[in-house]
Amino acid sequence: MNDVTFQSKPDLLFDSDDGGDLRTEELLVNMGPQHPSTHGVLRIVLRTDGEMVLQVIPHIGYLHRCAEKIGENLQPYQYIPITDRLDYLSAMNNNHVFSLAVEKLAVIAVPERASFIRVIMAELNRIASHLVAWGCYGLDLGAFTPFLYGFREREMILDLFEMVCGARLTYSYITPGGVAYDLPDGWVDRCREFLDYFEPKINDYNELLSYNYIFIKRTAGVGVISAQDAIGYGLTGTCLRACGVKWDLRKCIPYDIYERFQFEVPIGLPPGSTFPVPSGQPTAKVPRDVVVGDSWTRYMLRVIEMYWSVAIIRQVLDQLPGGETKGKVPRNLKLPAGEVYLEGENPRGQLGFFVIGNGTAIPARVKVRGPCFCNLSILPLVCRRVLIADIPAIVGSIDVVMGEVDR
Amino acid sequence: MIPAETIERLRNRFGEAITSAVTDGLHPHAAVRAEKWHDCAKVLRDELGFNFLRCISALDLGEGKLAMVYDLVAIGAILNHTLPDGRVSDLSQCKCEFAVRVEVDRANPHVPSVADVWPAADWHEREAYDMMGIVFDGHPDTVVDADGTHPRRILCPDDWAGYPLRKDYEYPKEYHGIPCMVETGSSINQNDRI
Repeated sequence: MNDVTFQSKPDLLFDSDDGGDLRTEELLVNMGPQHPSTHGVLRIVLRTDGEMVLQVIPHIGYLHRCAEKIGENLQPYQYIPITDRLDYLSAMNNNHVFSLAVEKLAVIAVPERASFIRVIMAELNRIASHLVAWGCYGLDLGAFTPFLYGFREREMILDLFEMVCGARLTYSYITPGGVAYDLPDGWVDRCREFLDYFEPKINDYNELLSYNYIFIKRTAGVGVISAQDAIGYGLTGTCLRACGVKWDLRKCIPYDIYERFQFEVPIGLPPGSTFPVPSGQPTAKVPRDVVVGDSWTRYMLRVIEMYWSVAIIRQVLDQLPGGETKGKVPRNLKLPAGEVYLEGENPRGQLGFFVIGNGTAIPARVKVRGPCFCNLSILPLVCRRVLIADIPAIVGSIDVVMGEVDR
Repeated sequence: MIPAETIERLRNRFGEAITSAVTDGLHPHAAVRAEKWHDCAKVLRDELGFNFLRCISALDLGEGKLAMVYDLVAIGAILNHTLPDGRVSDLSQCKCEFAVRVEVDRANPHVPSVADVWPAADWHEREAYDMMGIVFDGHPDTVVDADGTHPRRILCPDDWAGYPLRKDYEYPKEYHGIPCMVETGSSINQNDRI
């Protein structure tokens, strides 16, 4: 109890024998696993003293489905649907990274057109995933409208996905060697229509939520993570970039064909500076109370990344070549003996697959490095001496999907 | 820094403790003896700049051997993220990947914890104990029970028996009275399936 410092009359609160009503007591509060603001089945035990949280202990594993054990029993193309269910809000990205890992291990060439389609899908899914994160974060902090707006636009992306593969959540569309189907007729035009419709909406999001006075008060300066801690704890994605570290795998260790496209990587900036946005978009300034590495910055980077995903998709659509969309992959693909570790930039951070082949069609080991698993591990460090009301603000800004944490 | 250079510096420093090394191919790495791994980790972080632990994978190699694979990346040795004028150092040019492999006997699977070197290792090591039964000495979050002192389980319940990712793991028949279905293999009669 003594590790909390109150500014007024500490003797009266703690040291006198007859503290009476002013005496405080520690209380363990269970938050979750079915709490609405824990984004799934995350259970956090809060050690509280009044409104102050002294310590949090996250308990995970409620959604553990042995995804890695399943990987040791299935062939890579059979494992693709399992990757859908890791981070179920960005299934395309999961398919993409796993396919890349298998292709690297088994040396499979991917047709040019398939690579382009993959980047379109990955970026569309990034927008869809960030829309959910954006809407749910508003919901966590008491704003209901963003959730509806976010899902309105996400619905259109899901329609586009439904056109190419028939599924709306677990696509299994990107497979080793290419993509499952070519784009249907008229899809490119529908996608362009969507981008034209969607880009101005991002400005609405900023007006609606990002620069809302109450929202800034709730999130600015809350849950500040230093760059040192972020790197030490293995944070990736927007959580790492919000701390001012310019680290995006699409730029730093480019995979697939990302090096062919121009885009900026937004990072956390001090008050008064402006985030990089594509030309023609209104400037996005950092408000006064914001600190580099706080919840507002983590939230805002997702909004800015949506601009750049739109910019990438436009470039890909302009350059989209014709040709095949499936490489030559044997039905029972034998994985050569060897190992590969490959990471890709998912909406929530770096998703990694460690695949070991042993000459048979089934890998000897598949290890999944979930970005949310590492991002969540910093929670006990961040949630020290914060208010209970700040816990949803911090957990929401880390944006966890428990399917991936628990695997 | 290319992997060959990293391996050479480690060899100069630790000599015999670097038992083998792969300098090229898809996954360049060095194999380190378990007893020297903690010292090696400090050198990797402080002198060679591998400040980011990406992943720890626990492997069951069979033949009485388990292994840990630590995937590292250097994302800029010096962090100047809080420059007063608001500039941020661009770390994107520094990209070196490396991996370390630590093999242990299944009969005595002890590896020193590196959670004090890279805090990210805390949860990864808990997972490696949970799934593969590797005990990390000096781990910050341990429990003492019938299995000895070991990191707290993270994905499975605390009273779970066995280590699911080992190749010889036997699926439990039940857990606290809840029957467990085994869907693969020949242990279930086809007629029993629903």
